Amino acid sequence: MDQSPAALRRTPLYDEHVALGGRLVPFAGWEMPVQYKGVTDEHRAVRTAVGIFDVCHMGELVLNGDYAADVVNYLITNDAKRLMDGQALYTVACNESGTILDDLIVYRISQTKWLIVCNASNRDKMAAHFRAAAVNHCDFDDASDRTALIALQGPKALALLAQAGGDGPALAELPSFHFRDATLANVPCTVARTGYTGEDGVEIFCPTDGAAQLWRALVKLGGPLGLEPAGLGARDTLRLEARLSLYGNEIDETTNPLEAGLSWVVKLGKGDFVGRTALERIKAAGLTRKLVGFEMTGRGIARHGYPLLDKVGIKVGVCTSGSPGPTVGKNIGLGYLPTSMAEVGTSIEVDCRGRSVSAVVAKTPFYKRS
Amino acid sequence: MSSDDVRSDRRYTKDHEWTKEEDGRVLVGITAYAVDQLGDITLVNLDVKVGETITAGKAFGTIESVKTLSDLFAPLSGKIVAINKDLESEPEKVNEDCYGLAWMIAVEPSDRSELNGLLDAAAYTELLKTAGH
Repeated sequence: MDQSPAALRRTPLYDEHVALGGRLVPFAGWEMPVQYKGVTDEHRAVRTAVGIFDVCHMGELVLNGDYAADVVNYLITNDAKRLMDGQALYTVACNESGTILDDLIVYRISQTKWLIVCNASNRDKMAAHFRAAAVNHCDFDDASDRTALIALQGPKALALLAQAGGDGPALAELPSFHFRDATLANVPCTVARTGYTGEDGVEIFCPTDGAAQLWRALVKLGGPLGLEPAGLGARDTLRLEARLSLYGNEIDETTNPLEAGLSWVVKLGKGDFVGRTALERIKAAGLTRKLVGFEMTGRGIARHGYPLLDKVGIKVGVCTSGSPGPTVGKNIGLGYLPTSMAEVGTSIEVDCRGRSVSAVVAKTPFYKRS
Repeated sequence: MSSDDVRSDRRYTKDHEWTKEEDGRVLVGITAYAVDQLGDITLVNLDVKVGETITAGKAFGTIESVKTLSDLFAPLSGKIVAINKDLESEPEKVNEDCYGLAWMIAVEPSDRSELNGLLDAAAYTELLKTAGH
């Protein structure tokens, strides 16, 4: 542990985690639950029933004003102008070199009011980035400290919401990447049909002081449905099976969205934005490496930072994430490989701390819900 | 199995390994506390062979859970006389029975006095308390 607990921040759900037997670890400056019952059990609960996650550590930035849409669209690679009120999109924000500052979800509350959700680890950087761009154009507000965020993920997430009173039943009609205000367990919320697990589900914003009440109500109602509180450990194995990138692993300021397989969020034709010139140049030059998925065929688990080798044993790439995939039943990983080796079926080796273990480039996502 | 399960019939290291003398050899495994910290164990790699010698404090393998990888450190020096190969195919045995079926290696000690330097059950229990456990 490189930080003393005293220096860490606690979410409004801290006491709930302690009461549920969660093991708390430092993460991005926060004291967060890594697991409760166990990663595998929590992972399975999300795939087969429903899991509840504390994601209050995420950052919430609000831009407000006539030019807010232009500011947002100038800072992101995807096209925010395609959104209607109550609609959201996934995107990245790049720097001028075309590498990734953060990945974000952008919510259009109205033409003049936008919400940006960023990673906890990048909150200060992204708040400064948006604040600077907003100067003289629109109002900027870092609402992170007064905004809680709870994720409810799994095939039974919407059935659980329907029991949570107020607007619960109507939320089943919410399309993917849409959001609306609602009252759940007497707490005023905004519910978005989004997530980071590869399952159906929602992410629920509410005021910090209502978070514990909402959490407790959902945990209680979810019990008979098989709900489990799920920690960062399960969140990581779930997102890996679904091939969702994690900032700091697959994407960072040394990677660009095209090689990371995120070209679908890069809209070069939308007008000027930060990083566009660099990304056009990168695209024209052709990619030298690509993010791929792989499955271990030998006995070993690839981990973040392990070298990827060709069959002769020469280092050709690096593993960005790896772990057992509890649902797919294999040891899986993501990593960067030269474009020439990125084809599904290509044999590689993973240097597992000096042991060379065979793997094969595999189709992703490793898991797709039916 | 409770994570504060400490058995009085063996000795322990600060790295949460246990040793148990049995028929002149010493069995080595990891403690319930270590298992609890690791979570679901998915892979045990014993990078030693029967007949090889190991040195106290040096790694003899690795153990991996869903979350992380940990080194296994030799609690004592000596010759490896047996390896629990079952753990290669059934790593979950470590979660189920870390003090019994999931012993990892058996060692013929080269210097029995090393064993006296290990923690007894009371000292190990004390260590777990101070670990903020």
